[in-house]
Amino acid sequence: MLKAKNRLGLVFFPAFDWAISPTHPEREERLLYTQDQIFEEGINDIEGIKFYNPNIASNKDIERVHFCVPSVEDRATTSHMISAGGAIKAAEAVMEGEADKAFALVRPPGHHAQRVVYGDRGFCIINIEAIMLENLRARYGHRRVAIIDTDCHHGDGTQDIYWNDRDTLFISFHQDGRTLYPGTGFIDEFGGPGAIGYNINVPLPPGTGQEGFLYVLDNLVLPILDEYKPELIVNSAGQDNHYTDPLTNMNFTAWGYAELNHRLNPDIAVLEGGYSIEGALPYVNLGIILAMAGLDYSHVREPDYDPAKLKQPQKITEYIKELCETIYKRWRNKESIAQEIIKGKEEIIRKRNVYYDTDGIMEYQTQRFKVCNKCSGVNMIESTSDRGMPIFAVTIPQDACPSCIDEGYKMYKEADAQNYFRIYLQDRKNDIFFKRHL
Amino acid sequence: MIIGLDMGGTHVDAVLIDHGKIIKTSKIPTEPNNLLESVWKTLKPLIAGVKPDEIERVILSTTICTNAIVEEKTAPVGMIIESGPGLPCDFLACGQENIFTEGYIDHRGREVSPINPAEINRASNAFKNKNISACAVVGKFSVRNPDHEIKIYDMLKNDFSPVTLGHTVSGKLNFPRRVFTSYFNSAVYSTFSRFSNSIVDALKREKINAKLYVLKADGGTMGLESAEKFPVNTILSGPAASIMGGQAFFNTSKDGVFLDIGGTTTDIAFLADGVPLFEPLGIKIGEYPTLVRALYSVSMGLGGDSEVRVENGILHIGPYRKGSPMALGGPCPTPTDAMIAQGLLDIGSKEKAVDAMKDIAGPLDLNIQEAASLVLQTMANMIKEKVDKLLFEINSHPVYTVKELLYGKKINPEFVQAIGGPAKILAPILENSFKIPCFYPKFYEAANAVGAALAKTTAEITVFVDTAQGTLLVPEIGLCKKIERNYTLEDAKLLAVELLSKQLSILGAEAGEIQPEIVEESVFNIVRGFYTSGKNMRIRVQAKPGLLYEMWGDKDA
Ligand SMILES: [Zn+2]
Ligand SMILES: [Zn+2]
Ligand SMILES: [Zn+2]
Repeated sequence: MLKAKNRLGLVFFPAFDWAISPTHPEREERLLYTQDQIFEEGINDIEGIKFYNPNIASNKDIERVHFCVPSVEDRATTSHMISAGGAIKAAEAVMEGEADKAFALVRPPGHHAQRVVYGDRGFCIINIEAIMLENLRARYGHRRVAIIDTDCHHGDGTQDIYWNDRDTLFISFHQDGRTLYPGTGFIDEFGGPGAIGYNINVPLPPGTGQEGFLYVLDNLVLPILDEYKPELIVNSAGQDNHYTDPLTNMNFTAWGYAELNHRLNPDIAVLEGGYSIEGALPYVNLGIILAMAGLDYSHVREPDYDPAKLKQPQKITEYIKELCETIYKRWRNKESIAQEIIKGKEEIIRKRNVYYDTDGIMEYQTQRFKVCNKCSGVNMIESTSDRGMPIFAVTIPQDACPSCIDEGYKMYKEADAQNYFRIYLQDRKNDIFFKRHL
Repeated sequence: MIIGLDMGGTHVDAVLIDHGKIIKTSKIPTEPNNLLESVWKTLKPLIAGVKPDEIERVILSTTICTNAIVEEKTAPVGMIIESGPGLPCDFLACGQENIFTEGYIDHRGREVSPINPAEINRASNAFKNKNISACAVVGKFSVRNPDHEIKIYDMLKNDFSPVTLGHTVSGKLNFPRRVFTSYFNSAVYSTFSRFSNSIVDALKREKINAKLYVLKADGGTMGLESAEKFPVNTILSGPAASIMGGQAFFNTSKDGVFLDIGGTTTDIAFLADGVPLFEPLGIKIGEYPTLVRALYSVSMGLGGDSEVRVENGILHIGPYRKGSPMALGGPCPTPTDAMIAQGLLDIGSKEKAVDAMKDIAGPLDLNIQEAASLVLQTMANMIKEKVDKLLFEINSHPVYTVKELLYGKKINPEFVQAIGGPAKILAPILENSFKIPCFYPKFYEAANAVGAALAKTTAEITVFVDTAQGTLLVPEIGLCKKIERNYTLEDAKLLAVELLSKQLSILGAEAGEIQPEIVEESVFNIVRGFYTSGKNMRIRVQAKPGLLYEMWGDKDA
């Protein structure tokens, strides 16, 4: 029988009884054919691969990451709590030394869920990777982590959550925001004042194939990881770059995903998007499982695979080469870019509108990041939506200095309840969450 | 009257039962080189004085195929394996000649690339050149579309026998297990048919015209004809016999632990709401996982004759048996010696048993009685520990729906039932360890044969419906038919029950014992773009193991 080179923990939870709606891409049978493929290949009989049931995430787990308006119970369903709990279980298997690597094949996904949650964005309500990572930090200590988002959509939620955290390097590959939801993820989105340079976006042109993805990995991502030296690599493993995906325009293959995973060598992978549930998911997931287990994935191939059709045009190859050079230069120059941005400023203010496409809600948000030379700086969000419900939310970062802690509590106490529907304080230093309302 | 016969590795046990009462039992040591002779020596005294036409059924539980595998006396098999893309396939090679072929069926059962007849002809010649007559043909996803296996069968059927087709051994998805199961079926085919022919001849000689059944690893029976076709299902049916035997003496709807404590090993099984637990996919034969449906049973190296020793001040029992207990002239102390030394068992030499306990008592600084009771308590604790570990594993089995995860059944045993030689003596000690009641039946030593005698016919089939493609498929019975687009889950369930009932009567079940139950049903929309283009249904229906009747007269002691 086969034996895995790496002990792999698999949390496979297809949630066969949950859907957004009967014909929605995020529906019951999204992982059905993946299950068929995994079962038929006999993955569960491979020595070293172990299947786990998900945990169920707690409200505390969610509140380390999000401000759910009005509350966690009102926004996240049990399925979301299980999906996040599945990611937590995967990480737990690795941290407890039961597995060398782990893959959470769970749904629904989470990488579009930002810090504030009024509703569903891109089928995401809570950010399952971030919830996993913060749970793991709370239990196993502070860690330098890189999250590599290989989903075809910009991981805007994860970007927002780690915007000001230099202990979490976030790199997102995605189809250029000018051509795809959510329309963000450009190279100048580079991190908040406490973490400038630690948020890296790689917007790729439609039609990017195997060659392009592996080029970005080898010439940009791996060199940056070499310099950043994360203690843990998480792959936000969306699979919608596949050439059969109905929502996107890329030309990536199942073998390509496996190869990318092999070269990236993540500790934990968490399934994100990917809606070609018959033509891609079974093969991509199998490829990733084999790559993570250290098994031979060279025979993983889609039924309609045709290398000639998927050949990447020379023009795209040239474009990606230049793009990588530009981004890598920015990474090397991040200190001077940072100095220029924060020079003489006490705070950095960002105003943005966030659209919840699945629920049709518009949010109007102002973020204020304190520039602090001792820590990454207390920060706050003032926000409201077109359905009302204005909120005021303060985050004290994990590395907060005493004066930022004091300032955070002061802001929370002094916020006038008359003006807001909810007032929140996320004290990440002490791992506590406060909430008040009229 | 019913004859139950359990042919184990060390003993052949037989029992004659009439309407829920044990009339007679018989037991003789197995002669490994003459199994048939062993069977007859056991049967002769059993049927003395019984008129042949009074015997309605004979049920055999046999290790003949298991032994053939262990002793490597199986027939050479030519394998044709259509592995498609995915995992590398070399690890699937299990026959004497393994041919990996082109062709590919996907997860929906659609043909992606066809078979290549020239390749099959080459395989056929290669088998002939090596004098191989038994074959197996297995394709990836053949349970979703057996077309390739059937086409290859048509090319081989005149030159080879048997030709086991992967889709007929089980409807479950697991290609490597399907390969190994098909291999074993072809490998033991001739061994089993020799055995069954001689049994049939011998019964004829005695003018016994009874129906003949064979016990399967899932605790049910099948008629001899089906056993000849699928002998792989008779492999490792021993634990099933003892579990069913236990059931015969103790009718319950509770969760429980079932222990068969022998000389060398203790087999552990579980009841969930009174029904024995199954292996999720199938039993492991040697190193090979298979799809042979089987009751869950785990064997631990701990029995009455296990070696007992003290190392660095710690008492160890098992996992090996070095020989008989010292009281019976054996080389080292055993739990049986502890029982004899304590006066709980009256066999062999008590003096020698006491000597055996001295070896244990000395280094632990205990007296003889303390040492003996420590041995037995340790044995019970070891069983308890193993049971707890297994329960943890079983209760964390993967589930796939929100509902199962939130409300899934967990097994929480309320009693222990023990059979086997030491059962009676260990019962109170086990009770103390487990902190739940521990029962043992009066006929705890003949339970295996009783289990075989009373087992009902079992079967399982899987129904796949794909209304987008307009197909309905039942791989185990080779049914493939067209259906309308508006075919419903209700239609499919009715058909599944009807097909299984028919299958059960083909296997030899009588009308009264046919009780199909649906164990899995799911229906998914097949969506193209944003429109539902059809439904994908999966139904599994089984006749679960059960007993013709219980032993009313011989309940627990
Ligand atoms: Zn991305
Ligand atoms: Zn996506
Ligand atoms: Zn500070």
